[in-house]
Amino acid sequence: MTVAGLVFSNVYDGALPELTARRTMAAVPFGGRYRLFDFALSNMVNSGISRVGVITHNNYHSLLGHIGNGKDWDMSRRSGGIKILPPLVRAYENGGANILPTTRLEALEGVIGFIASSAEENILFSDCDTVCNIDLRELFEAHRRSGAGATVLIKKMTIKERLGSGQRYFCEVGEDGFLTDVYAAGRGSFSGDLLTDIIIFKKDYLLSELSRAISHGGRDFYRDVLAVSVENGQVFSHRFEGTLMRISSLEDYFDHSMSLLEKEVRDSLFCNLSRPILTKVRNSPPTVYKEGSSVKNSYIADGCTIEGSVENSIIFRGVKISRGASVRNCVIMQDSVIGRNAELCYAISDKDVAVRDGRKLFGYKSVPLFMPKGANI
Amino acid sequence: MFRKKECVAMLLAGGQGSRLMSLTSKTAKPAVGFGGKYRIIDFTLSNCVNSGFDTVGVLTQYQPLFLNDYIGSGLPWDLDREFGGVKILPPYQGKKRADWYRGTANAIYQNMEFIEGYDPEYVLILSGDHIYKMDYSKMLEYHKEKGADCTIAVIDVPLSEASRFGIMSVDESGRIYKFTEKPKQPDSTKASMGIYIFSKDKLFRYLTADAADKGSSNDFGKNIIPAMLKNGEKMIAYPFSGYWKDVGTLGSLWEANMDLLSDPSILGDESWRIYTRHSPSAPQFIGEGAILENSSVTEGCEIYGRVENSVLGAGVKVMRGALVKDSVLFSGVFVDEGARVSRAIVDSDAHIGENSTVEGERDNIAVVESGFRVEVGKNFQDLREER
Repeated sequence: MTVAGLVFSNVYDGALPELTARRTMAAVPFGGRYRLFDFALSNMVNSGISRVGVITHNNYHSLLGHIGNGKDWDMSRRSGGIKILPPLVRAYENGGANILPTTRLEALEGVIGFIASSAEENILFSDCDTVCNIDLRELFEAHRRSGAGATVLIKKMTIKERLGSGQRYFCEVGEDGFLTDVYAAGRGSFSGDLLTDIIIFKKDYLLSELSRAISHGGRDFYRDVLAVSVENGQVFSHRFEGTLMRISSLEDYFDHSMSLLEKEVRDSLFCNLSRPILTKVRNSPPTVYKEGSSVKNSYIADGCTIEGSVENSIIFRGVKISRGASVRNCVIMQDSVIGRNAELCYAISDKDVAVRDGRKLFGYKSVPLFMPKGANI
Repeated sequence: MFRKKECVAMLLAGGQGSRLMSLTSKTAKPAVGFGGKYRIIDFTLSNCVNSGFDTVGVLTQYQPLFLNDYIGSGLPWDLDREFGGVKILPPYQGKKRADWYRGTANAIYQNMEFIEGYDPEYVLILSGDHIYKMDYSKMLEYHKEKGADCTIAVIDVPLSEASRFGIMSVDESGRIYKFTEKPKQPDSTKASMGIYIFSKDKLFRYLTADAADKGSSNDFGKNIIPAMLKNGEKMIAYPFSGYWKDVGTLGSLWEANMDLLSDPSILGDESWRIYTRHSPSAPQFIGEGAILENSSVTEGCEIYGRVENSVLGAGVKVMRGALVKDSVLFSGVFVDEGARVSRAIVDSDAHIGENSTVEGERDNIAVVESGFRVEVGKNFQDLREER
């Protein structure tokens, strides 16, 4: 069974406006040294996919810088490899107005060429707001056995997770494993599973359904493609039991980041030796802990210099925590500098933030303080 | 007009490095780990690419498997090129002869055809067993400026240590008039760093003559350099004053690792990055109760115990109540609860059992070989004596 991947890099940008002001959801930093995109792509690479298209919409400079030519994921290939698919802008239609695709279905319409020209028999969709480490071959196998046109990855959720899940879709599953209904959050029963945006399609089925929906004036992928396929009994399901995080808001981002301090979460995401999460190589030297530093229960990337104290925090590559500084319950992103005797609690710093000596910044657990990229505080 | 390179670098990486004991039982010296996430050879390769030298032949002989794999296509050092790049050069079987590399000069002699393929004016000879950062392009400029036939990089060493090195006597103009390998009574403190730039035609002439000389030991220091001096060729010393460390012995390898803790600029200089082949691992987790003082820790580590003045490689685990002090731990080492490690180099994936001890001394660093298990409550030194 052959599969090509298709990553939607911008979907749900609006859920995290603070971190996606100047980057795509895919390029949002996570877990000390990763971008959300790394999880989607690594899962594909680790499951044997060697051709991946990345659908972009706007703000994708940061993502392009991260992906480069795909070498760091072993995806710089003559045949296949990674291919960035910029938005198809119809310059000479619509009275000359440059109209960017506005829905998932329109974005798909723009990449029909990529789908049709792939030699692979199946196409796997993945969004970038999902953090998990999964052997997708189990999904592929379920898809092959079912003979369905599409198979979706679903996940049981607690009521609490469901309430925090934002604009998501849920589904009901019949005894035979085929979907019987798909609906947006807030409607329908509370029994259904979360529909992750990891979906595998038979390529020919996908192409015919896309062309049917588009020719009938369809605009919404879930309503005009997936729900119709569900009605036709063509959508099978595969339930994922492992750790899966959906990032729907800044508070969500903070909570999920902090959950990395739990060993089981770290182990399920990062400790499978046959399925490493790959990321851009930055050539940082090891992290140096100076005399007088004090670090507790923290997740720290390479290239940092730690002189002060750090507790219950996620520290990205190249961060400096100066002497006397205290960082508690924080997420500090790449190359930020926390000055001498500064004090931070419940804060998220984007990249390249400088917190001057002696500054004191406090957020609260449910409302973490956010410092935008490059801020000088 | 064919494509050419002005200078080709030849990196001698075939040495066994037997003074590093068990660390080189399965790999050549240049592939020995350093600084937590590096290999010794990373410094020379990074120097090459940072100096703008993009054509590097790596001569391998002793235990080349790991080194071949490590260098691969040269991607981590940006040396995967269509024209040039890094190439592994093992000894080979020719039409008329088949031979191991019989010495440093012989290794280059056997690969003159490789060098000729790039039609260079100059050849840079390097060894892969020193820790230093050097801009070779400046040395090449110096070589050209002085109109030299051979330029040798030199560094001042304390007179007391001079007898360990090739020592050069240099006149005011920088010209070398005397060269002695490991002199008993050194009359200069200018030591050869084992870095030579030759004008190619001169080098080839001397290599060919040397190869025809049955009595020669085919070595740069013992044969080629003295022969050129004797014939009055223009030999110039290029003075170097930065950090430079020969890591040929366990003591010096340990010291060089400790130097990283006192001088973070060795690895932290953004303008002169040291590149290495990365294996994917997650950030390091520092647990409740961990104490880290003056130490360097790499991705994938989990620390719950106490670490002082130490350099830890990727994926090292130090459990609760364990103490790691003045030591160098290579990747994947596991130090169980209550164990004590001090003044030691612990090779990759070794297992230091619960409440066991590994204790070296300043002039006698303990070395635990790769994959070795120190059983619960045992003393590593006792185990070694038993065997």
